[in-house]
Amino acid sequence: MKDFIIPDRDFGTPASKSKTMVTLTIDGFDVTVPEGTSIMRAAAEIGISVPKLCASDNMEAFGSCRLCLVEIEGRNGTPASCTTPVAPGLKVKTQTGKLKDLRRGVMELYISDHPLDCLTCAANGDCELQDMAGAVGLRDVRYEAAPKGEFANHFTVKNTSGEANPQWLPKDNSNPYFAYDPAKCIVCSRCVRACEEVQGTFALTIEGRGFDSRVSFGAKTDDALASDCVSCGACVQACPTATLTEKSVIDIGTPDRSIITTCAYCGVGCSFKAEMRGDELVRMTPYKHGKANRGHSCVKGRFAYGYATHQDRILKPMIRDSIDQPWQEVSWAEAMEFAAAKMKGIQAKYGRNSVGVITSSRCTNEETYLVQKLTRAVFMNNNTDTCARVCHSPTGYGLGQTFGTSAGTQDFDSVEESDVIMVIGANPSAAHPVFASRMKKRLRAGAKLIVVDPRRTETVEGPHYKAAHHLALTPGTNVAVVSAIAHVIVTEKLYDEEFIRTRCDWDEFQDYAEFISTPNHSPEATEILTGVPAEELRKAARLYAGGGNGAIYYGLGVTEHSQGSTTVIGIANLAMLTGNIGRKGVGVNPLRGQNNVQGSCDMGSFPHELPGYRHVKNPEVRAIYEAAWGVTIDPEPGLRIPNMLDAAVEGTFKGLYCQGEDILQSDPDTHHVAAGLAAMECVIVHDLFLNETANYAHVFFPGSSFLEKDGTFTNAERRINMVRKVMAPKQGYADWEVTQLFANAMGAGWNYTHPSQIMEEIAMTTPSFAGVNYEKLETMGSVQWPCNEKAPEGTPLMHIDGFVRGKGKFIRTEYVATDEKTGPRFPLLLTTGRILSQYNVGAQTRRTANVVWHDEDVLEIHPHDAENRGVHEGDFVRLASRSGETTLRATITDKVSPGVVYTTFHHPDTQANVITTDFSDWATNCPEYKVTAVQVSPSNGPSEWQEEYAAQAALSRRILAAE
Amino acid sequence: MSAEKITRMANQIAQFMETKPHAEGVALLASHINDFWDPRMRRQLFELLDAGGAEFRPLVRDAASAIRRPVVEQAA
Repeated sequence: MKDFIIPDRDFGTPASKSKTMVTLTIDGFDVTVPEGTSIMRAAAEIGISVPKLCASDNMEAFGSCRLCLVEIEGRNGTPASCTTPVAPGLKVKTQTGKLKDLRRGVMELYISDHPLDCLTCAANGDCELQDMAGAVGLRDVRYEAAPKGEFANHFTVKNTSGEANPQWLPKDNSNPYFAYDPAKCIVCSRCVRACEEVQGTFALTIEGRGFDSRVSFGAKTDDALASDCVSCGACVQACPTATLTEKSVIDIGTPDRSIITTCAYCGVGCSFKAEMRGDELVRMTPYKHGKANRGHSCVKGRFAYGYATHQDRILKPMIRDSIDQPWQEVSWAEAMEFAAAKMKGIQAKYGRNSVGVITSSRCTNEETYLVQKLTRAVFMNNNTDTCARVCHSPTGYGLGQTFGTSAGTQDFDSVEESDVIMVIGANPSAAHPVFASRMKKRLRAGAKLIVVDPRRTETVEGPHYKAAHHLALTPGTNVAVVSAIAHVIVTEKLYDEEFIRTRCDWDEFQDYAEFISTPNHSPEATEILTGVPAEELRKAARLYAGGGNGAIYYGLGVTEHSQGSTTVIGIANLAMLTGNIGRKGVGVNPLRGQNNVQGSCDMGSFPHELPGYRHVKNPEVRAIYEAAWGVTIDPEPGLRIPNMLDAAVEGTFKGLYCQGEDILQSDPDTHHVAAGLAAMECVIVHDLFLNETANYAHVFFPGSSFLEKDGTFTNAERRINMVRKVMAPKQGYADWEVTQLFANAMGAGWNYTHPSQIMEEIAMTTPSFAGVNYEKLETMGSVQWPCNEKAPEGTPLMHIDGFVRGKGKFIRTEYVATDEKTGPRFPLLLTTGRILSQYNVGAQTRRTANVVWHDEDVLEIHPHDAENRGVHEGDFVRLASRSGETTLRATITDKVSPGVVYTTFHHPDTQANVITTDFSDWATNCPEYKVTAVQVSPSNGPSEWQEEYAAQAALSRRILAAE
Repeated sequence: MSAEKITRMANQIAQFMETKPHAEGVALLASHINDFWDPRMRRQLFELLDAGGAEFRPLVRDAASAIRRPVVEQAA
């Protein structure tokens, strides 16, 4: 019996969005459904499952398997129930003698060309073909495949004569995560349709006709790995047989239970089912009812979880007195004692403010909350920061100033109702792939796309869509471009006056309009700076202002600049000017980088604010925590990450507890970071692996993976999703327990026994989380903050009737050129980004099979610039800035404009951040990663720095086992 | 933190605030530094301002009186 998992019910075809209801009768039962619903779905609504093979409710009906036939009174024939819509008064029969015979006949034909090796098949117990054979009562197959191979079939290698069977194809094992076995294919086209409709890549097709029909990865010579396939897993999910199967299932077998949890990669926050056998993870499958992903996934969340059990994981605490010594494995108690003594000693010698923490955007809300509490209530200072400093801190500032909250305004479902989508400084196809798939679905349905990005990214153009306008600006000129768009909207009177009058401050608007209308902001005047043709920019502005629901999605290409905060303000101005706020399909949406970067900001990780974005200077806010924690809270803001490093170099900051972040690799100007870390007397790294920062650490607390603990992550939609423990922590403790052990070693006296108690404390002290508790999350699945008395079920859309701050605030956005300028020594501009298969510093993805797609960082350079320098495809090149130099391989492409080069920062051997500078955003100190003046020249091999670094890292990673 | 960095950061804030009416710009620059700069950064700022502060944009100097002077922390 197949009962190992309660499957998510499949209704066969998508739900209809119609408001008109239709009543019909199916097998004698009345059913009322929205107009446009298929008969198959209507039957499923009352619990009648019509047999089916090619239908699935995440894609449009296809009508190819001919198994779902029904009879309709007064109509001829036996129509397919998946493609036949309901109509009022229909009388449908799903089970008659005629239908039974037809279905059995169809099944018999399917099985005649299908191998009967069910017992040894990877899909045994999880096969829809097997289920349907049972459902239709197939007892006999008259058309068995010929034992001697006289007739053609698709699944035996050779006939007895020894001649090759031309119909047989070998398995395609080229993809590291799934296998394609053509012998098992029934040509239902579900994989092809999933690739098109769900993922939007169109990598798969059906080649040939009739008996020759085969699923193919594009051209005949293409295998899965060589094709356009992005390994999202949608086809594997859709396949009803063992044709496309996870290799983990082939290796392990079918899972016996599943636990819903949340992906720990990007800020989309997809819900997954962790499918388990014992405590072994068999596979991760996207959860259909996950509200962020709606049953879709990408290569990282779906497949790249192997790092959690990678041999590099450190499972024992380690200490050492100085960083030139090898690590010494110790017990948890010894590690805690050692770390606490060091930190206490530092505070006694250098003062209360000489230590601090960096909270992790990879860890749960509960863990983050505890780490900031550690510094505020135990270290007694506000020196806490998080990696949002180096990604979206300008979002917090900019949206806080203009709208009153530092978060995106929409949920991801909103994109289904957008008419114009403007993507600024983001490449969702690579960095937020599941959101990208949802966006592309809308684009294929006719919505228009505007992309503002120096590179021609994968997002600019894809199968069956192309950006209406790609504004390929010069890196560093965002403010000039956004202001020019606003100039066009204001001077051409395309703004929504009624919205501005009712929702914003009219005087501030007039001041802003006067400012932005001056000719120096016109696209014609700024063209020389931005490189964006004025006419193209005007058309884009008109489209955004007049094309219906306009939504802006932006990423780190906006924030990681000297004027990051100003650009965020400029974007908010655009949305307010055009009235694109407060309903579905519109809004301003930061695409968050890390799984819980939203949550880590919400939880008070920033040095100037307590949880819920409330400044530490406010006595009434401090009073809440002083009462809850029984301490006095310092009213002065603490140090931000770059400030901590500066203070360390200067000698006033000596101790750091860094949880789940690799600042040495991820933060800019590596030399400066290394100097800061080296100047500290106690660096505690709490991580899964000996990351780059750990080369400078004195204490190592081994971390637990997201599979090993309970808690919550908050995604870019402000959605609080549950993270569930599916296996015991391999090193003994969940991360919140480790922080608690350390705090208690410092004398804190905490006694949390479950993360739900931490969430209770958060809810008790933070108004926007007041209504959040684990019970609600269990019943609702997830909830979007603010969640309190006013919005007990959370808030999918923000600013519906008014802005959180009251009236929307227009703020002047003057363009100021960055100090980072090209010149004779450094004539090119370097900008950095991500690639689909790798994630951030790569600590996780480099420890998975994802390296087959990207095993080193490469430098993209325009053919003109390459030719000038004598650089050929694949050559080693030296990349130098005023901060440092490194070497890597070049690839020649016109995706980048002349004068611009691009690379990723996933590999520590390259360390793109040796090149980036310490310039930063004026308001938040968010580093200017996206603009660095560089020179590129041919090279013979690694730079001196790379060799020194590799040697130091090797020395630093030595471990002496415990006696 | 180097004097050059403190100067650059203060001047960057000033450049943004200069687009506002003078009095508002002064007030907002001061409150921005009060809200986001830790006392040791403000101490370094005042060391430069007290020495004349010629390297600062005028708005920074105008805002100096509204920026909180940090209480010097004594190491135990």
